[in-house]
Amino acid sequence: MATEVGPTPVKAPASGGTPIHHGPKGVGEDNKILSQGKWASWLLAPTVIALAVVIVYPIISAIVMSFQKDAGLDPATGLFTAGGSAGVQNYVNWLAQQCAAPAGGTVACPPGTLGAQFWSATATTFFFTVVTVTFETVLGFWMAMIMARTFRGRSMVRAAVLVPWAIPTAVTAKLWFFIFAFEGIANKLFNTSILWTGSEWPAKWAVVIADVWKTTPFMALLILAGLQMIPAEVYEAAKVDGATAWQRFRLITLPLVKPALMVAILFRTLDALRMFDLPYILTGGANNTTTLSILVINQIRQGFNAAAALSTITFIIIFLVAFIFVRFLGANVVEQSGATGKGKK
Amino acid sequence: MKTPKFLLPVATAGVLALTLSACGGGGGGTTGGGGAGGGDAANNLDGRGPITYVQGKDNSNVVRPLIEKWNAAHPNEKVTFKEQTDQADQQHDDIVQHFQAKDASYDVVDVDVVWTAEFAAKGWLQPLKDKMAFDTSAMLKPTVDSATYKGTLYAAPQTSDGALLYYRKDLVPTPPKTWDEMMGMCSIAKQNKIGCYAGQFSKYEGLTVNASEAINSAGGSVLDADGKPSLNTDQAKAGLENLAKAYADGNIPKEGITFQEEQSRQAFQDGKLLFLRNWPYVYNLASTEGSSKVKDKLGIAPIPGKDGPGASSLGGHSLAVSVYSKNKATALDFLKFMTSEETEKFYATQGSLAPVLGSLYTDATLVKKLPYLPVLKTSIENAVPRPVSPFYPAVTKAIQDNAYPAIKGEKPVDAALSDMQKSIESAGAGS
Amino acid sequence: MTAATSSATSLRAEQDRGRRNAQNKEKWAQGRTYISAAVILIWCLAPAYWMVVTAFREVGFTYDTSILPSHVTLDNFNTAFDTSFGNRFGQALLNSVFIGGVVTLVSLIIGVFAAYALARLNFRFKYLVLGFILGASMFPGVALITPLFQLFTNIGWMGTYQALIIPNISFVLPLTVYTMTSFFREMPWELEESARVDGCTQGQAFRKVIMPLAAPAIFTTAILAFISSWNEFLIASQLSSDATQPVTVAIANFAGAQPNQVPYTAIMAAGTIVTIPLVILVLVFQRKIVAGLTAGAVK
Repeated sequence: MATEVGPTPVKAPASGGTPIHHGPKGVGEDNKILSQGKWASWLLAPTVIALAVVIVYPIISAIVMSFQKDAGLDPATGLFTAGGSAGVQNYVNWLAQQCAAPAGGTVACPPGTLGAQFWSATATTFFFTVVTVTFETVLGFWMAMIMARTFRGRSMVRAAVLVPWAIPTAVTAKLWFFIFAFEGIANKLFNTSILWTGSEWPAKWAVVIADVWKTTPFMALLILAGLQMIPAEVYEAAKVDGATAWQRFRLITLPLVKPALMVAILFRTLDALRMFDLPYILTGGANNTTTLSILVINQIRQGFNAAAALSTITFIIIFLVAFIFVRFLGANVVEQSGATGKGKK
Repeated sequence: MKTPKFLLPVATAGVLALTLSACGGGGGGTTGGGGAGGGDAANNLDGRGPITYVQGKDNSNVVRPLIEKWNAAHPNEKVTFKEQTDQADQQHDDIVQHFQAKDASYDVVDVDVVWTAEFAAKGWLQPLKDKMAFDTSAMLKPTVDSATYKGTLYAAPQTSDGALLYYRKDLVPTPPKTWDEMMGMCSIAKQNKIGCYAGQFSKYEGLTVNASEAINSAGGSVLDADGKPSLNTDQAKAGLENLAKAYADGNIPKEGITFQEEQSRQAFQDGKLLFLRNWPYVYNLASTEGSSKVKDKLGIAPIPGKDGPGASSLGGHSLAVSVYSKNKATALDFLKFMTSEETEKFYATQGSLAPVLGSLYTDATLVKKLPYLPVLKTSIENAVPRPVSPFYPAVTKAIQDNAYPAIKGEKPVDAALSDMQKSIESAGAGS
Repeated sequence: MTAATSSATSLRAEQDRGRRNAQNKEKWAQGRTYISAAVILIWCLAPAYWMVVTAFREVGFTYDTSILPSHVTLDNFNTAFDTSFGNRFGQALLNSVFIGGVVTLVSLIIGVFAAYALARLNFRFKYLVLGFILGASMFPGVALITPLFQLFTNIGWMGTYQALIIPNISFVLPLTVYTMTSFFREMPWELEESARVDGCTQGQAFRKVIMPLAAPAIFTTAILAFISSWNEFLIASQLSSDATQPVTVAIANFAGAQPNQVPYTAIMAAGTIVTIPLVILVLVFQRKIVAGLTAGAVK
């Protein structure tokens, strides 16, 4: 949703160091916790109820819909008839790329149907995710290292990096569409005549470039904040011990920034997995730039119920990725955000 | 002191709970539509009284004066104008929403030619036959076809739109009549170091229009009379091959694959194209816009076909009566009023919208205002409606996804057409 | 500096050489920093610059590629606000402000209580609640939109303000709760304790002592929430109508004087108008926003 609206990682009260403030004093006094629990449930009720209404209800509704058939055409009258129950057919159709056959039953979806695009859209989504997040991390790190130095005009640079972040994605997409036009400034500046939106790889790179432009600054600020948590004495000590710049980076900077970095990467990844605005406006999903989100939107007008199945699949994919991150890659989000630093696994 | 702080969350929770129940009430997993409506189509045929007319934005202020005129003449059957948004998708969804709810307040709706079949198949549009019969004899046949589904007329054609071939009359003395002739003239383009031909070949709705035109112009068709795809024909193949070959030869410049209406207009105006297929709107801009380099070199002709004028894809709008309307007799009269010669003329002069009545295309005052009308008439007379299918979104996708790689030479034309065929068949087979 | 054992003179010479070397190195490093900084500046600002330059260019010269402003005009800004082609950009601006305002307000009112509980209270299921809110923020918009599209069609809410505000809350609220929670954790809660020693109830202490202190944090959170709502496109592109659409949708669908005509210069003008308040906001509150963005990640 709020794709690339930077604040995402904000949601990531991250690991890294021990929490400065422990929860209320007197942890362990059971009755106090009990009364606090009462308080807490009152305070949390509105948020939980609100989220239940705007999220849990649609999820359940989508799941119910996904087991229904979409309306079909009665060949005799040419009129639509209601679909009835579909069982898991909608899911099978997407995952196995099966489409309805004229003679009844299903056949492999021919190119030119939405069904034929499921796996390619999944691959495209993951491609965008891996490539943009990698670039954003590397470039973001570099930008953060520069901004961490002291030089005149530093505050100007820090302010400038917020500009791409502040421009709405929809506007960004229109802007890059214009820049990447055949007669546009990009081709003029680099003296090329690339059809940026006309074939697969240029189109993909156009999306990647626009996305990296938009979100790297945000990544950089996050990493910068992590860098500034490292006391200068640590570096001084390392210098005295004769550590090279690369060693200092690898042995000090990286490990100390890692917890914050992992969380930032997790949230950027989840954001990239639901990428919609940018390819939707920039390429219209042509040339293999259709992401899962675009596929769902295209399906809505061809049948709610199949779209509901697809959106449920998308949700599950994103959920799985988040799970893997938290479980295996040590992006400790929930635990670390608790007031009592439970530490890592 | 304590109470207010407790009250706030409680109150908020209460409000939210109300919202929840409101949401729950309308929810559920049923699909709208259904084949209902058979009964509704027989009701209220003699009903007279006030009605509502629903249409997208009235940008050039055509509809309001017309309705005032109608209301002055019919004080007991007044028409209320409900103006929708400017966005086609939003108009579509708005109509769906009201029909799904069997809303009687949308009596007469303005439908895009590509929605007619879908709404008719959902049983929402009143068939214009028997008591509701509507005379279309004076109208250009292709516009009538676009409002017809399964042999029944469901809407009254009101405005139309067809493609024109723009050419450089300083370089081409007489415009080409056939596709082959045009390709032959591409040597002129080469001599002048400009591109030869462009249409709209970016992957979007415009590609459906251009690919269908190519197929229809070569004598093929996307859908047959029964609405079944008919793409495995030599004619369809010849049509799509024309585009693929022109692209491979460089007669369509390579950037043509990124062109939508605007980029192709820009290229033509910059003097970078010999021929351009586009809509009538280009005429005024190319002959007046400051940066246009072709102001005095602009020629127009019907798009070229196999042996004569090609088959343009048809745009435009029709008026339909809702089956849920209570005053269908009034609605029918209003349809007749809105498609009368006088109204059509007003539409053309005031809104620059192409009429559906053949006689108006040679009307001296109109031609003076819109010089392209006589050419446009040939274009529309030879036009073929865009595929009339209740699964239009799926059909247009099938065409775009396959025509695009075929034109670029990444997919053999045969395979592209056969996949198009299968995709459309699959869409028609239901979910 | 290593501890030298040589004579005083050679030590001094060595120190001088070392200093010179260090100075040169320093200069070189400083130079590289400036070059890098310049690269960053250009990378971040050049596309935005192009938007502004195009916004001030005559429509007939849309594809002019001279780097400096040329054919300068203010017409595009008039065109952007011109309603005669069916664009309602002015209306869309108001819509965005209204939707963003309501969403921000509701999310803050609800979220501040939750954040307080999460930051200050100990209770069972805390991690469950945190996980739930976190999960909510990861939730893909498309999974909401399918059921909502159908639901709103059925109950006649398509294109209404509530149809845009309610789904917006689903992602602004988790954001609000998280940012506020991390801010709250850094508050000097000792003051609350002492207020309670002075006889205030927990509620009074919260209202009289903590709230005033938390005001800047709440303000920052409000800015972030507003920006994220302002930028929303997916939900709005599917559920809004002409009368309720926010600026993001209005710009994506900008129509020209003729059907099929796309007025890029006017779109860039509209983009500039939409961006400038945000950029000003961001520049003025730069420190606060950066603190808000990173509060969660590093503390």
